[in-house]
Amino acid sequence: MALQEKYKQLIDTATSSGVGNLQVREQDNVLYIDGEAPSGAIKDQLWDIYNTIDPDYRAGDLVMNINVAGIAPGSQLKVATKSSNLNIRKGPGTDQPIVGKAGHDEMVTLLSKTNDQWWLIRNAKGEEGYVYTQYLAQ
Amino acid sequence: MKKTMDSFLKRLQKAFATLFAIFLVSAMMISCGVKDSDLQSAIDQKIQATPEMTGVSAAVQDGVVTLSGECKDDACKLFTENTVKGMKGVKSVVNNTTVAPPPPAPVTIAADDALVKGVADATKDFKDVKATVNDGVITLTGEIKRSDLKTLMQSLNTLKPKKIDNQLVIK
Repeated sequence: MALQEKYKQLIDTATSSGVGNLQVREQDNVLYIDGEAPSGAIKDQLWDIYNTIDPDYRAGDLVMNINVAGIAPGSQLKVATKSSNLNIRKGPGTDQPIVGKAGHDEMVTLLSKTNDQWWLIRNAKGEEGYVYTQYLAQ
Repeated sequence: MKKTMDSFLKRLQKAFATLFAIFLVSAMMISCGVKDSDLQSAIDQKIQATPEMTGVSAAVQDGVVTLSGECKDDACKLFTENTVKGMKGVKSVVNNTTVAPPPPAPVTIAADDALVKGVADATKDFKDVKATVNDGVITLTGEIKRSDLKTLMQSLNTLKPKKIDNQLVIK
């Protein structure tokens, strides 16, 4: 329960900002927070609070798996790389061959969510393949 | 005169007998019912002696037992009610016990094979970051820019690791 006290502000914010399927569990001295944030902004806000409580995420006592809810197949997503192109790959993994590219800030269409890391998309040129979800934004 | 006296005595006798009978019947009725305080302590003892009834408490009023507190599941709730119903002197049972919510499912930790693959994907764009996986724990060493740290940590946190040991030097 001590960890829930330490990260109370984070848990309270997740609850009050409408994070769905919120699960807060403590196991072997690690706190696990899972849920679906209603928007990318809320997810970012939670990560900022995490960084405030545990600067630079050093403590190793929290695993926070917060996805953004409501991104359904057909959604338009923006390529949120820092500046470079985003690789579109044949399969879900960086060991898979590159079949196309999506430019920085380009809009792509979500076709399906394979897992939390890799989503199948189609770019403006009609190239289809898997991209790393960390680089997609609403 | 004697006859009148005799019949008067007989009637008196009869009246006493009737009164006595009424007294006897009512005394028996009272002794049949169990006093609330006795019933209370009997139930309290029963609760103490029965592990399934831990967390339940009872209040007795005119032979009606009200149960409150928390049971671990529905079967335990029913068992508690039936046990108390079967005790001498209980007229009825009001079961106000609640069932405790089931404990949360344990946290799923990804297997090391899946973690190694996921970590390789997540760290691909951060050339100076080294990551190892051992028994669900991701250990990060090397260097990273502060502006990239959140992106990397967000990726790694979706992989279902047991924990992340961040030993990165932040530039």
